[in-house]
Order: sequence, then structure tokens, then C-alpha cells
Amino acid sequence: MTDAPVIEVTGVSKSYGGVVANENVSLTVPAGGITGLIGPNGSGKTTLFNSIVGYHPIDTGSIKFKGEEISTYRVPQIARLGLLRTFQQTRIYSNMNCIDNMLISIPHRRTGFRDMFKDRADKPTLEEVDRLLDFVGLYEKRRLISGDLSFGQQKLLEFAMALMNKPEVLLLDEPTAGINPTLINGLIDRLRRANEELGITLFVIEHNMRVIMNMAQTIYCLAHGQLLAHGTPDEVQNDQRVIDAYLGAH
Amino acid sequence: MWDNIAILTAAPVFNIQLLLDGLFIGATFALAAYGLALVWGVMNVKNLAQGDFVMMGGYIAWWLGTQGIHPLWGLPASIVIMFAFGWAVYVLMIRRVIDKDMFTSLLATFGLAIVLAQALNLMFGPEVQTAESDFPIRSYFDNAVTIADIKLVAFGLCGLLALAVVLFMKNSRMGQAIRATAQDARAARVMGIDTDRVYAFTYALNAAICGAAGALISMIWVIQPFYGISHSIRSFVIVTAAGFGNLPGVIMAGLGLGVMEQYGGFVLGAEYQQATVVALLLGVLVWRQIEMRRHRQVVQ
Amino acid sequence: MEKFNPKLHLPILVFGLAAPFVVPGLTIQVAVLWVMVLFALTWDVMGGQMGYNSLGNIFFFGAGMYICAIVQIAFITDVGAYTASNGGVRITFTHQEYFMGLICGIIAAAIGSALIAAALGWTVFGLRGPYFAIGTLGIALAAGELMGTWEWVGGGGGISMPVYPGSADGKAYLFYFLCFAAAVGTYLFCSWLYSTRFGLAINAIRDDEQKAEAMGVHTLRYKTIAWAVSAFFLGISGALFGNITGFIEPLEVAFPTVTFGIFMVAMSLLGGKGTLWGPVLGAFLFHFLKEFTWTYFLGWQWVALGVLIIVNVVFFQQGIMGWLMEKFPEKFGIVVEKKEAAE
Ligand SMILES: Nc1ncnc2c1ncn2[C@@H]1O[C@H](COP(=O)(O)OP(=O)(O)O)[C@@H](O)[C@H]1O
Ligand SMILES: [Mg+2]
Repeated sequence: MTDAPVIEVTGVSKSYGGVVANENVSLTVPAGGITGLIGPNGSGKTTLFNSIVGYHPIDTGSIKFKGEEISTYRVPQIARLGLLRTFQQTRIYSNMNCIDNMLISIPHRRTGFRDMFKDRADKPTLEEVDRLLDFVGLYEKRRLISGDLSFGQQKLLEFAMALMNKPEVLLLDEPTAGINPTLINGLIDRLRRANEELGITLFVIEHNMRVIMNMAQTIYCLAHGQLLAHGTPDEVQNDQRVIDAYLGAH
Repeated sequence: MWDNIAILTAAPVFNIQLLLDGLFIGATFALAAYGLALVWGVMNVKNLAQGDFVMMGGYIAWWLGTQGIHPLWGLPASIVIMFAFGWAVYVLMIRRVIDKDMFTSLLATFGLAIVLAQALNLMFGPEVQTAESDFPIRSYFDNAVTIADIKLVAFGLCGLLALAVVLFMKNSRMGQAIRATAQDARAARVMGIDTDRVYAFTYALNAAICGAAGALISMIWVIQPFYGISHSIRSFVIVTAAGFGNLPGVIMAGLGLGVMEQYGGFVLGAEYQQATVVALLLGVLVWRQIEMRRHRQVVQ
Repeated sequence: MEKFNPKLHLPILVFGLAAPFVVPGLTIQVAVLWVMVLFALTWDVMGGQMGYNSLGNIFFFGAGMYICAIVQIAFITDVGAYTASNGGVRITFTHQEYFMGLICGIIAAAIGSALIAAALGWTVFGLRGPYFAIGTLGIALAAGELMGTWEWVGGGGGISMPVYPGSADGKAYLFYFLCFAAAVGTYLFCSWLYSTRFGLAINAIRDDEQKAEAMGVHTLRYKTIAWAVSAFFLGISGALFGNITGFIEPLEVAFPTVTFGIFMVAMSLLGGKGTLWGPVLGAFLFHFLKEFTWTYFLGWQWVALGVLIIVNVVFFQQGIMGWLMEKFPEKFGIVVEKKEAAE
């Protein structure tokens, strides 16, 4: 693990009309690690993710990916740089089967005109699909229409699709929300392996304290749109401001 | 084209004629568009049969006229008949498309529009008709501006009808139920509102409003079985420009559309009047798209 | 791409090749059937496979018709003068003039329509859902109105097409087989297209366009090409159809928005949108139903067709193929597969 930051967020503010969702937020995500982002509901975590991956213009500040200013880029451009996100409300292509969901998730970094009309399922790609579906435990269901899978399975599929895209950095918005508690440990294990074996930097929004404290090396805490604290899991866990924010919020 | 513009600048009084004609006809457009805004906003149905409801109302008034009954009686008659018709359409088809994807309602009502236009054509023939109200036509400004009294009467009636609908929506129990359903249908259901009935009523009310607009149009302008689609497009232009749930906006956009059509028809030639409507539709849509780009939607 | 399947493809091929000889009286009706197949297939590229429900695809049919007519006429004489004479001067074309004009016309119609689609795509594809449907409808209606005011191409009065230099039977056969070839070509192209990544990408756009963007898919590029593909084949069909009728005119023949324009949609839905065979099946069924209503609902045929569309949309959304998939998912490969079994 190196400490060079892949994502540098500096002084970012974003408001929706009167609601200030992010105010002067600065943070860095080191390459190769797992970084956590916590905060009570409505503290602006998803908004920050949306700003990073280009869903909306930010009011002030700068966002850099590997030293490149990306705050004016649009969503597909940023995705093609290798900075990918999953959604809090899981989003998959629900009328297609799992294999097709995976096949279309290949990296689109250098898609030329000819690539658009290539055979949809060449052998190496299919093997990769099988391997990743097996990795998340969906191999047997790979020919089922993905919209018919259970919510937890859809989350796993979305995660597998993200891996298929071979991102450098993966932003995960509440990956364990709505997942059956018995499956959570398996998911944590897979996230760790994606990080360690595939070398993908993870930046994770997580509500479940136990999960994030176990996984992340660095944790940032947002409250009311502002950065409240950051540090190692232990530091953050024992920070009085963080405890107050969580108790005071809900 | 430049000649026509020259006329407008040389004789400004012509502008008054165009402006007034535009406002009179625009008022009926606004009325029909308000109906569309209602069904779109409350039940998320994009009714492409809107203009054909208008034509039906027009033919009811016109037909009464041919039977020796003054077409103004067509106004209450079409309100009643179209209300019942709208309710029946809701029960037979709209009820089943409400919870489907948005294209379904569009396409189903397009099918309905075809059926209605063809049926009107078979019953009344393809001729262009006007219901004769026999009101005097008066001249103003040294005969430069002529206005039939019926247009003034129709304009007043349009205003009264709009006011009646607004008061109804504000004060009656059904009006409140409609507004509650529009805000959150599920919550309304939990509160004990029979949303199915609310939808039926809303759709029927829309048909009645269209019928009224059509009856007025038949007296101040022309009707024809296949003119329905232009009226549907007009309603969409107005609602898209104004947004639903914005009554002053709908009224302004409706009057504006009426005026622009009159000017478009005069400056470019009568054959461009239809084209003006469609061009405005495309203009509004492109404008909307630019707006949307500026306010990119955020995904949770 | 689909493999040749004798049970499925052969009967259709035989029917297509034999029809004009077996039932010569119906040659034109069967030719129109192939145009309908092409309509349904091209609509489905956008509507069924990509989720962009256009109500105005008929625009490209009309565009192709006019482009082809202009090229055919321009081959031998001045277009303005030809249309101004309103068919008064009958120009006799030699075989060579006629066929060169026709070939160039068809090619120009296909390419021209595709280019127009690509250009329009930049403005139209920001529109989603109902706005897209209404916007495309607006384009088709506007085209009909505007063509009616453009005197150079005959205005509302239309254009008499160059007369075929041969027998009426010869003309019928020629255009029959051109229509058949166009439909088969469209089918083969779609079949290939859906087997490529392109097919996957437009399916992804249909299911969740924002997700596709978030995964880095070049959505605008795919959408524009998909529309251009539709327009390309529709342009060809328009070029052929204009020559079959022999007279073109903006509202009823070139841009028949509420007839052919809506039939495309109805046929795809009837057969099952988003499938390769659905539109073909839908076109066959719809065409037969249409001919049937024409014969038995004297005067009320349009009403009957409208009712058919409503019933289809309201009660039978998924179409025949969709219904079969619901009934027999395993026949379509929707199965749980054990790992051992697969290896
Ligand atoms: N599209 C939006 N329009 C207006 N306000 C929004 C929008 N999205 C989020 N907000 C507001 O911004 C604040 C932060 O929201 P969000 O980033 O979703 O919080 P979190 O993900 O931490 O729960 C909340 O007050 C929320 O209501
Ligand atoms: Mg959130």
C-alpha cells in the first residue's frame, strides 16, 4: 500500500437551493487502501459521491483524480478514467440476465468504433464473467433475469459488474444496506479480497459501524455537510464529536 | 413574408386584431391545456386524445346548432356528455394503464385518438364546420378591427369555467382529495381516499373541460374530425412550457400560443399556421432540454 | 447472429419468393407486408431494444421517399420545372436513365435518412420518456406540414413519380422483390447487430441509462447510431414505396403519422417488443388483421384498427413473444445452472 492520494477533494461545497449538503469538504483517498466515509442520514455523503463522479456541478472547490482536475468532467468520462461508483439504491439492467449485465460492464476506456460491433461474448470475456460471478456466488443464477433476483443478490451482481469494469477506484454507497446480516460477513470478505487481490482502491460509505471499523484504514466523518473528524478507526470511534453527532442526529 | 411584416408596422391597428383574435382563441387552448395538466399531474397520464375530446365537444355544440338549438346550449351539454364519456373511458382503459410505464398511456390514448377522429369523420363527414351563433359582429377603430360578439362571450365563459374549476379544486371535498392524491397517492390511500374514484373523476373532469373548450371553439373558430391532433399538440406545448400545477403559467402560455399562432399564420401565410404549432412544440422541447442540462438530476 | 434454421427460415423464404407467382393478384399487398416487417423491425431497434419509444419514425420513411424522388427526377431534368408542370409533361425515361436514377435514388435515400437521423440525434436524445415520444411525433408532423409548403418539391400537390419503362407486371415484380430483399436485409442486419456488443449496449440503455453512463458506456454514440440504423432502412422502404404508389404527397403518402407511423409501434408491441422475431410476427399478424378489417368492417375499418391498438396496448403489453417468455422461460434459456452441469 502506498500513500499517494488517488482522489483529492479540496474545499468542495454543494447546495441544493437553500439546503447546504456539503460545505468546504476536503479529504484524500490514498491509493490501494480502503477509506471509509460515515455520518448520520442526510449529512451529505451521497452528495459528495455524486460530486466526485460528476453527477452535478459543484459550487466551489476542486476534485482531483490522480492529479487530474475532474470537477468539470461528466459522468461517463469520469467512469472511463477508472473511477466508478455503485448506487445506494442498487441499479442493474433488470431485464437482462446476469451474464449480459456483466458483459456490458467491460471497461469502455478505449472503445473505438469497431469495438462497438465486436461479438458480444468472446471467450476470454466469458471466462472472466464466469470467474467474477463465481466470486460473488451468483454462478448458478447467471442465466436468470437479473430483475428477478433478491435484493441482496442484486447488490452482489452490481458489485461484480463494478469489478468487471476493472476500475482503479471504486466508490461504494452503503454496500451492506438491506443485505441479510448473515451475508454481510461474506460481502466484507469479498470487498477486502477485491482490494487486496485486484488492487482496487475502495472508498466506502457505510452505516454499519462494525463493518467499516473492521475494514477501513482511514475514516472520514461528515455531519451537517461538514467534515467533522478523520483518522484511524480507533481515533474516530472515540472522538467525542462523532459520538455526539450520531447520538444527536437520530 | 416581409410584405406582411410591413403591413403590421405600417398599420399598427392590425396588431390589435391579431392580438385579440389570438387571445380569444388562446383562452380555449389554455382551458384544454389545464385539463391535460390535471390528468398529467394527478394520475401521470399523458392524454394524447386531448384534442379529440375537444373536437367531440365541438361537434356536440355544432350538432345541436343544426337541430335548431342554439349552440351555446352545447356548452352545458358537452360538459355533461363528455364528463360521462371520460368516466367510461377511464373505466374501460385508462384504469389499466395508470401503473404501467409512461409510454403505455401515451400510446393507448393515441389509439383512442385515432378511434375518435375516425368515428367523428364517419358520423359528421370531413368538412370543416363552424357552429352559427348568430351574434352580431362589431367593428372598432374605423372598421379596422372587427370582433364578433360571440368571441367576447366565449372569452368570458372561458374565464368563468376556469374560475369554477379552481374554486372546485380549492373548496370541494373531491377537489381536496384530488390534490391529496396528486401529492402522494399512497398516503392518500392510507388516509382512506378512494384513489380509483379520484382518478376516474379527474379524467372525467378533464374530458368535460375539453368538451367545454371544444364547444366554444366550434362557435368562434372551426372544427374538423382530424383537427384533434393539433389541439393535443397545443396542450402539450402549453403544459411543457408552463409545467403542471402552475395555473397562471398555463393561462399565460395558452394565451401566448394563441397570439403566436395568429402572428405566425399572418406573417408566414395561413398554410404555416399548423407548422407554427409544431415548430413551437420542438422549440419548447429543445428549450426544456437545455434547462435540464443545466440542472442535472441527482441520483441517490 | 442467428444460425440458419430450416424449420423457421425456410418457409418464410419460400413464401417470399413464391408469393408473386402463386397469387399474382396480391403482389402489391404482399410487398406492403414486407414493408410492414421492415417498419416493425426498425421501430424495435429504438423502441424495443433501446427503450426510446419514437412516435415519429415515419419521418425517415417520408424523407427517403422524397430524397429518392428528387434524385430520380434530377437524373434527367430540372426538379423545379418537373414538379411545376404537375405531371403535365410526361417524360419517358429510357431503361438506363430509369434504373440508374432508381439505384442512385435508393442509395441516396438510405444514406440521406441516416445522416438526418444522426444530425437530429444531437437535439432529440436529451429528451426522455414521454417528451421523446412527443418530440419525435412533432418532427414527423412538422415535416408533413413543411413539405406541403415547399413548392420546389411539389408542395401539397405532390409529385408524380417517373414512369416505369416497361409493363405493369414487370414493375410489380421488380418492386416486390426489392421490398422483400429490403425486409430480409433489415432482418439479417438486426440479427447480426443484436449479437454484437452494440445490442448489449442498447439493451443496457433501455434498462437503466444512467447506470450505463455511470459505467462509462458512450450512450449518445450508441443512441445516435441506433437511430441512424433505423433511418437507413426506413429510407430505403420510403424510396421503394414512393415508386410503388407512383405519386407522392406529403400528408397521406410520405408522412402518414397516424397510420403507418403508429402501425410500426402497434406491430412491434403485438409481436413482442425487444425481441428479434416479435416484430416480424407482429407485422404478419397485424397486416392480416388489417386486410381482414378492410374487407369486413366497411367504412369502420379505421375504428376497428384503433380499437385493436388500444386492446393490444392495454391488455396485451408484453406481446406474443413476451407472453411466451413468461409462460416458458426455460425455452428461452432462463434457467438455474449448476456449476458441475456446465463443466
Ligand atoms: N436532489 C436533491 N435536491 C435537494 N436536496 C437534496 C437532494 N439530494 C440530497 N438533498 C439534501 O442534501 C442533504 C444531504 O443528502 P445526502 O447526500 O443524500 O445525505 P446522506 O447520503 O449522507 O444520507 C439532505 O439534507 C438531503 O435532503
Ligand atoms: Mg446516502
